[in-house]
Amino acid sequence: MNLEEIKNSHKLLGTFNYQLGQIDKGYTNRTLYVNLSAKTFAEKPVTELMKQKFIGGRGFGLKLLWDGINDNTKWNDPENELIIAPGPIGGITQYPGAGKSYVVGLSPLTQSAMDSNVGGYFGPFLKFSGWDALEIQGKAERDVILFIDGTKGTVTLEEAPLEELNSHILIEQLTEMYAESEEDKVNVSVVTAGEAAQHTLIGLLNFSFYDTRRKAVRIKQAGRGGLGTVFRDKNIKALVIKSIKIRGDLNNPHDLSTLKKVGKKMHKEILSLDDSQCQMRKAGTTHIVKIMNDYDLLPVCNYKFGSDPNANNITHTVLISKYFNLNGHDECWYGCTLSCAKVINSFKLKTGPYKNKDVIVDGPEYETLSAAGSVLGVFDPEFVIETNFYCDTYGVDTISFGTLTAFVMECYENGVINQDITGGLKLNFGNAEAALELLHQMAKGEGFGVIAGLGIRRMKKLFIEKYGANPDFLQDIGMEVKGLEFSEYVTKESLAQQGGYGLTNKGPQHDEAWVIFMDMVNNQIPTFEDKAEALFYYPMFRTWFSLVGLCKLPWNDIVPADNHTTAEPAKVPEHVQNYVEIYNGVTGSDIDNNELIRQSEVVYNFHRVFNLRMGYGTREFDQVPYRAVGPVTAEEYESRQDRYDRQLKEILDLNTAEKTTEEKVRILRNYREEQYQKLCDAVYLRRGWNSNGIPTLETLQRLGIDFPEVAEVVKKYS
Amino acid sequence: MIKVNGRDYPWRAELSVKQLLAEMNFTFPLIIVVINGKTVPKDEFTCTVIENGDDIQAIHLICGG
Repeated sequence: MNLEEIKNSHKLLGTFNYQLGQIDKGYTNRTLYVNLSAKTFAEKPVTELMKQKFIGGRGFGLKLLWDGINDNTKWNDPENELIIAPGPIGGITQYPGAGKSYVVGLSPLTQSAMDSNVGGYFGPFLKFSGWDALEIQGKAERDVILFIDGTKGTVTLEEAPLEELNSHILIEQLTEMYAESEEDKVNVSVVTAGEAAQHTLIGLLNFSFYDTRRKAVRIKQAGRGGLGTVFRDKNIKALVIKSIKIRGDLNNPHDLSTLKKVGKKMHKEILSLDDSQCQMRKAGTTHIVKIMNDYDLLPVCNYKFGSDPNANNITHTVLISKYFNLNGHDECWYGCTLSCAKVINSFKLKTGPYKNKDVIVDGPEYETLSAAGSVLGVFDPEFVIETNFYCDTYGVDTISFGTLTAFVMECYENGVINQDITGGLKLNFGNAEAALELLHQMAKGEGFGVIAGLGIRRMKKLFIEKYGANPDFLQDIGMEVKGLEFSEYVTKESLAQQGGYGLTNKGPQHDEAWVIFMDMVNNQIPTFEDKAEALFYYPMFRTWFSLVGLCKLPWNDIVPADNHTTAEPAKVPEHVQNYVEIYNGVTGSDIDNNELIRQSEVVYNFHRVFNLRMGYGTREFDQVPYRAVGPVTAEEYESRQDRYDRQLKEILDLNTAEKTTEEKVRILRNYREEQYQKLCDAVYLRRGWNSNGIPTLETLQRLGIDFPEVAEVVKKYS
Repeated sequence: MIKVNGRDYPWRAELSVKQLLAEMNFTFPLIIVVINGKTVPKDEFTCTVIENGDDIQAIHLICGG
């Protein structure tokens, strides 16, 4: 079927014309509301209060979602929303990593407010088309495309019955369809999900950007929390945006010269130092695989172990030498010299509906090398790449897919489930073919793939109720908190990082806090107070990226040559100062590094209260599975027996020679679980929360978010 | 005996910073080594010999994922 036929099949459901307007210091000062059920559109003003308290990006998303739903809204109710917002800095071209946008909605996995960050062009294009956020509510009756034409000031809602659903085809079709010429493709960005997003709860969203050098559409993913599932539940096939041509001054910043000055310094730093530091320009985030393996932090076989000799097969060395094409456009937004978006130009698929096709594969990144590799006991790069491709095109989060499949494999190996239940799939660790078949089943909505696609939390309940599984064992090995699957780090030897995963708003995702090395290796935060301070500062600092539209990577995956001479090198003070100057340069504000943290604290606490409003957000929901804390099984203990025996001897003065492995597992567990509770106490205190993990009214007052509807939620729990 | 990041580690004569990092499997490239409060430049890791009783900080500058 040709594009003309596909386009002619579109049925116009609604049109909205708007004035293109003027961006002022990073803001358009309005948001676009679309109701798919009523087929209506509206322009909402952005108030000064909203900018002061919620800043943008994730902050705007949370505020709009809070106002748009009620206390009983579920993820698949029409009232649930999907909000995409770039933030005030988003879209500048002078500083690396400034093209991020944030997707917010009620998650099918956690049943509460989720945020997921993503590169690609859609977020900045949204702002340059006149909007600080896109807020979508309701459900379409049939598959629709929402098209925002930022060159003309029109929004159209179109029924779109004939396009492919899977992303690698759909984004090509829509880029071709909505661009006026080859040169115009760079001005079009598309958001899509895929077939598996509608049959699982772990759906993701792909955000496109056009790679002019490869003449190909590339994608980045908003992966976490099942927001692609919400997208398909609303019967959205795609969002398409067309922007005016990008220029460096489109944000109309307060002080463009500061952006140029700070940006120039940063580009110089990256170009001169990256090769001797993390080599992000060559390897992207894949360089982390070897490091994690070396430090016993790489998830292997459902996080039982932290390293494996075969991990050498999936490191950056292999990817660079055999797969990555490094001769193109590896930045996912203009001006990012860090250029970590690595790509495989041509990969021949071995399985599935596109078998024998040559495809372009965006990635794999570090998380996927673990999720589609080591955590499954698989160390075949070709399997990882194939899984990466199919997860993206089907619209499935690689992290949740890998972590839940590893859980399934451990259940299978322990007889919790068997081939009768899996429909014949032999889901042992290392069985790459079975794992891929599970993914294909998710896309088709068939077989055991439907059960696996529910996520670990729901699988645990099902296996207990239907198959009589031991609930304690499943709780110990099921790597999820709040319903979200763990991202890809082993935390057994870092108490602080256990909190970095457990004491989060959205669930165990490393973009909030990653303090393993400070804690476990550097031993810089030995006391509970030290750990609590780290679990205050770093989550707040990282939250700020999500408010303004920045990527985290240029903060500390490259550091100034003299960074080690500063008082707190882990914070990379010079880069923090860069961010302060850029924020002030765009918005005309006069913040310092303390105000930066306070801005984040406002939104972070608001998110915590949001969780509370939805029935979560208390201490019980911050608990982590024991697999994240210590060895669950004798096999795990004995694999690192010297380490654990030494700890029992040094910390608890235990004569390990007199104890069986099972006794030692139990004693170590009692100790470590007690430590985790002490950590919770310390962190809650530092964050201004009560012992049940609830922000106190004094904290809300200090932050200026003691709005009646917010205070009311907290008072219910006081 | 020496201290490495606050933990005891057996000392031996002629132990260099480079050898220590290799023995600890500290392979991360962004690492700062401080001996008794004094930073050791990276290009001196091979020639810097550790003395018995030294207090060594091997700080990895990695905060994320």
